[in-house]
Amino acid sequence: MKNIINKKDVEYVARLSRLKLKGEQTEKFTRQLNTILEYIEKLNELDTSKTEPTSHVVPLRNVRRKDFQKPSPTVEEVLKNAPDKERGYFKVPPIIE
Amino acid sequence: MEYEPVIGLEIHAELATKTKLFCSCSTKFGASPNSQVCPICMGLPGVLPVVNEKAVEHMIITALALNCTITRQTKFDRKNYYYPDLPKNYQISQQYFPFAKDGFLEIKLLGDEKKKIGIGNIHLEEDAGKNIHLENGKASLVDLNRTGIPLVEIVTKPDLRSPEEVEIFMDTLRDILLYTEVSDCKMEEGSLRFEANISVREKGQTHLPPRVEIKNLNSFKIVLLAIKHEIERQTKMLEKKEKVLQETRLWDEEKQITRLMRSKEEAHDYRYFPEPDLPPLFISEEEIEKIKKEMPELPNVRKERFITKYRMNEYDSRIILSDKETADFFEECLKLGENVYPGTSIFSKDIANWIAGPVTRYLNEHNTPLSKTQITPQYLVELISLVNKGLINQNTAKNILPEILEKGKAPQEIVKEKGLIQVTDEEEISQAVDKILKENQQVIDDFKKGKTNAFSFLVGQVMKSTKGKANPQTVNKLLKQKLEIL
Ligand SMILES: [Zn+2]
Repeated sequence: MKNIINKKDVEYVARLSRLKLKGEQTEKFTRQLNTILEYIEKLNELDTSKTEPTSHVVPLRNVRRKDFQKPSPTVEEVLKNAPDKERGYFKVPPIIE
Repeated sequence: MEYEPVIGLEIHAELATKTKLFCSCSTKFGASPNSQVCPICMGLPGVLPVVNEKAVEHMIITALALNCTITRQTKFDRKNYYYPDLPKNYQISQQYFPFAKDGFLEIKLLGDEKKKIGIGNIHLEEDAGKNIHLENGKASLVDLNRTGIPLVEIVTKPDLRSPEEVEIFMDTLRDILLYTEVSDCKMEEGSLRFEANISVREKGQTHLPPRVEIKNLNSFKIVLLAIKHEIERQTKMLEKKEKVLQETRLWDEEKQITRLMRSKEEAHDYRYFPEPDLPPLFISEEEIEKIKKEMPELPNVRKERFITKYRMNEYDSRIILSDKETADFFEECLKLGENVYPGTSIFSKDIANWIAGPVTRYLNEHNTPLSKTQITPQYLVELISLVNKGLINQNTAKNILPEILEKGKAPQEIVKEKGLIQVTDEEEISQAVDKILKENQQVIDDFKKGKTNAFSFLVGQVMKSTKGKANPQTVNKLLKQKLEIL
């Protein structure tokens, strides 16, 4: 197995993703992610020097809509699945500024 | 040692659309919390964003106004970060193929010098929601009404060299955005926001020192205060041979200083990647040409024309060009005025004075736009003609202005109705002067003792006794003559 990413990278990605990893998990994920990345590296064997960068596989372009307002759902509906709410707002843990 | 600041700006302006960038929710300001949201702007699973064509149109206009090259095949990218006002955990923005780039905006510095400020790029993105922090510090509240409102971000090159240049640049840019109706630029509603990059170097050097970014600048005043403060801070550091580091600072409104952002607030790795839910946007030549044809004359170009052609002064031109409606009103008056006084530039000066003076004063006092009043270009021209022909005096004209603005009544009609035709008959004015002099011996004595305001008091009394209709020049003349022989 190649070492495409190391433990440090995994810890960094976990921090960016707001994930708390326990000691042995970091090792495990480093191993697993390396296996996945190694597999995907196979794609690099293809010669893509003459291929345009592709971010979309469906040949769609220029999908636009008119600036025409439609009614929004009611506040009750909007907040229905919120874990907590107050006076029409979503209520979340305090944000430290 | 002499130092000079090197300043670049990032401007966020909300685009004037009825609906959001990727969904059909209203963008109206001031609605009750979370009443203008839907599954798309809340980022619920399984929804698909679709671009608002009006936002694209505004982007083309902005790009053209700022002399940018429009990217013919533009794309969207996801900017990833976590914050409660961003329900999707990413903002749809444009990192790799921004809408347009490499433009400039020409500004006019004091003393007629012109300077081109480079525009690095402009791109389209969505706004985030708003957080409210409860006073007890136990929770925060989130309103997503603003989430998904289209924003244009304009990034300048570090071409600005003083707070004065920054101010002129901001004014010029705001005028353009207002004029082309791309944005309403209401700073108090957060429609226009700024970030500044500042570094200070020894004058004459060409390298770019590490730049300090200042966020959270929500008014023209604060932008300038923060920039001035930051230039001072960095200059002092350089004088003490200290090293200025690249960092992000916030404007602290309370202490009126910039302060370092805590590392927690910073440390972003946005992990941009192409937005898979939005297909690329192709901007065609025809589309650009069509918009070019429909674009109004830009305010900076129009201003140049007003100043050279009508010899308008800087102050009047700034007020008259502050919005398109007023400038159009001015030109409409001028067209009508040409018919009344063909070929006189005096008339254009009068119109400019009236609009920038009494009319604007009324609008400011009543906090109302010109379009909400009843005045028409015909009425203003008529009013000015009445003064110029000596039928009413300047004061009477000013006094009946509110009635024209509020009721849309023709000036001629008001003058006739109220009998305000100016008294120019010297005999009649002479009698009024005599009467006032007879009643005010004390004031005459004061005048003789050298009290100059005694004279203006007497003028006022005569005007009052004629209900303001007397020709003020005649009153002045007669009073002077009579006082001399008394
Ligand atoms: Zn929506």
